[in-house]
Amino acid sequence: MTISIDPQKTNNESLQPKGWLRYFSFSLDHKVIGIQYLVCGFLFYLIGGTLASAIRIELASPMSDFMPRDVYNQVLTLHGTIMIFLWIVPVVNGAFGNYLIPFYVGARDMAFPRLNAVAFWLIPPSGLMLVTSYFVEGAAQAGWTAYPPLSITTPQSGQIIWILSVLLLGGSSIFGGINFIATIIKLRRPGLKLMQLPMYCWAMLGTSLLVVLSTPVLAGTLILLSFDIIANTGFFNPVLGGNVVVYQHLFWFYSHPAVYIMVLPAFGLVSEILPVHARKPLFGYTTMVFSIMGIVVLGLVVWAHHMFTSGTPPWMRLFFTIATAFIAVPTGIKFFNWVATLWGGKISINSAMLFSCGFIINFVFGGITGVALAQVPFDIHVHDTYFVVAHFHYIVYGGTVFIIFSSIYHWFPKVTGKMLNEKLGILHFIITFIGFNLCFAPQHWLGLNGMPRRVAEYDPQFQFVNQISSLGALLMAISTIPFLINVFLSVRNGKNAGDNPWNALTPEWLTSSPPPVENWEGEAPLVKEPYGYGKEISEQK
Amino acid sequence: MTTLDSSKEIQKNNSEVNETHEDFRMFGLITFLIADGMTFAGFFAAYLTYKAVNPLPDGAIYELELPIPTLNTILLLVSSATFHKAGKALLKDKNSDSQKWLFFTAFLGIIFLICQLFEYFHLPFGLTDNLFASTFYALTGFHGLHVTLGTLMILIIAWQSRINGGRLTSQNMFPLEAVELYWHFVDGIWVVLFIILYLL
Repeated sequence: MTISIDPQKTNNESLQPKGWLRYFSFSLDHKVIGIQYLVCGFLFYLIGGTLASAIRIELASPMSDFMPRDVYNQVLTLHGTIMIFLWIVPVVNGAFGNYLIPFYVGARDMAFPRLNAVAFWLIPPSGLMLVTSYFVEGAAQAGWTAYPPLSITTPQSGQIIWILSVLLLGGSSIFGGINFIATIIKLRRPGLKLMQLPMYCWAMLGTSLLVVLSTPVLAGTLILLSFDIIANTGFFNPVLGGNVVVYQHLFWFYSHPAVYIMVLPAFGLVSEILPVHARKPLFGYTTMVFSIMGIVVLGLVVWAHHMFTSGTPPWMRLFFTIATAFIAVPTGIKFFNWVATLWGGKISINSAMLFSCGFIINFVFGGITGVALAQVPFDIHVHDTYFVVAHFHYIVYGGTVFIIFSSIYHWFPKVTGKMLNEKLGILHFIITFIGFNLCFAPQHWLGLNGMPRRVAEYDPQFQFVNQISSLGALLMAISTIPFLINVFLSVRNGKNAGDNPWNALTPEWLTSSPPPVENWEGEAPLVKEPYGYGKEISEQK
Repeated sequence: MTTLDSSKEIQKNNSEVNETHEDFRMFGLITFLIADGMTFAGFFAAYLTYKAVNPLPDGAIYELELPIPTLNTILLLVSSATFHKAGKALLKDKNSDSQKWLFFTAFLGIIFLICQLFEYFHLPFGLTDNLFASTFYALTGFHGLHVTLGTLMILIIAWQSRINGGRLTSQNMFPLEAVELYWHFVDGIWVVLFIILYLL
């Protein structure tokens, strides 16, 4: 059975507000929803960044002097939760996915536009709930992992609000995932084969599979946890005969794939950006696709490497160590493919390219420490120390957030029709790159020397290195200023970009910038070679 | 951001008449049910792990009686068949037959829920008595929530399949097919739950 393009939707479209007001409306346009995700996520990034600054100010001295310890615990819990669930996951999936995927598959919108709008509008209320829970008896204090029995014994109202908010955000994520899978599999333009799709589609397909398979498990787990808190059941409460390790297994069954949910879309985005600015085809398309799918499959069966100190039996340690080490293979393939894409290319050194190269450097470092952490003897030594903090931030900040900025520099002309200022962009990159490495590289040393994470007070011998780290955090905070100035100035009086300032070949650049409401004025173009650089443009068509 | 000028509006509307795409609502629903199934998979995994590694304290009561859940299994299996009948009737444009079968299916769902509540009130343990009790209520309760939602949806589509002014016709089968798939899914989960919780 076929159905015609939803006529009701277009009727509603005429009732939608025009201009900037539509960003505050229940718009069904995938481009509006993408920008809603991005701006909303960025506001939460500023909040989460402020909390991170508070953490680094506290840790600049070995005593707990900047804020009380229970407030410190709330701050670090909110920092983790906001950055993961309200900034990285919604932006790298929701924002870029909604904006780009319909272009890439040659569609006029996502498969389920209403579901899409619902998925976005779940985010602001749950985010506000989370942030304001501080004013109700204090926010959650058990970290973003909410391990029981800690999460059961700390003040209840904050923890319950945390659970509710994460449940809503998980629901939003699942709706988004269903939408992406349906759009990529079912809504492709006739004649467009799966193996001709831009790499970001594959990354989003893999990510959405992970979302659909693993997020519901987290939802179930959090429901059980809330029963433990409210109804006095004993699922995860050892006093009542429960088992905390079951919580850890269920939690990491989601939260390890969550790392791939955060980083796979970044892999896809960088695979779009590098070929454009190096003027070369993406190296090893097929191996890239299989690597992504390999990471998806392996990513689902490695969760217990977070639990090597939780009394895991030897066979489990062996299995999860080997499985985790295997992930280095597809990831390494992707890394070498990016380097090979750059090799011999005609590289433009601009902000988008610099942030992508920063990503490659940081990510390889985070990847190496990841393989190290998978080894049981090493992991037991550094478990719950700053080494883990450093590794994690090298993946999510040095990896994903660098790519988010790179993507903003790359697609800003598409969205607004204006160019961003390159000088401010390069300044932004330099401060971010130096600040980031200054902040997190020393934390490897701290962890190896035994400084535990999630503490407000520490041994005075670590003070100097912590101050270097805090200086790096200060630079990271400052780096946001040139970026914000750049965006505000460029939206108002930026240089006109034209339709295709990068001479890119991926389909989103083959329509006007900014694109019209239903993406294409006529039929969607059929792009069989999204990375066919180095050929005459006329050969393409 | 540009808005479409009037000439483009016309062009757009013209193109819209010709453009069709495959109906992938069912595809989306199946993806959602896979996600929903993973929630149950998490619960089952937790239950089986508890059973394997967490011995209950001495004197804990965890016996279950089989007659009511067996009756419930039969009720749900029969209701799946009656739902299928409703779909077949609608396909042959026998709307009133279809509606009768739908109401009968909803009736079976309600009986299931009543039996479930009856079982709850006659069990020798409460929610917080021991780990088995908590897991039992969580699993059956979460499934019961699905049955409740399913029954409500069946009542809604039964109302929509009325002869005068109903939206559900043999040309518009999707609501019925969607709820039917969901109902079969809930039945399947119950069979797994029955085996794991009552028979193992």
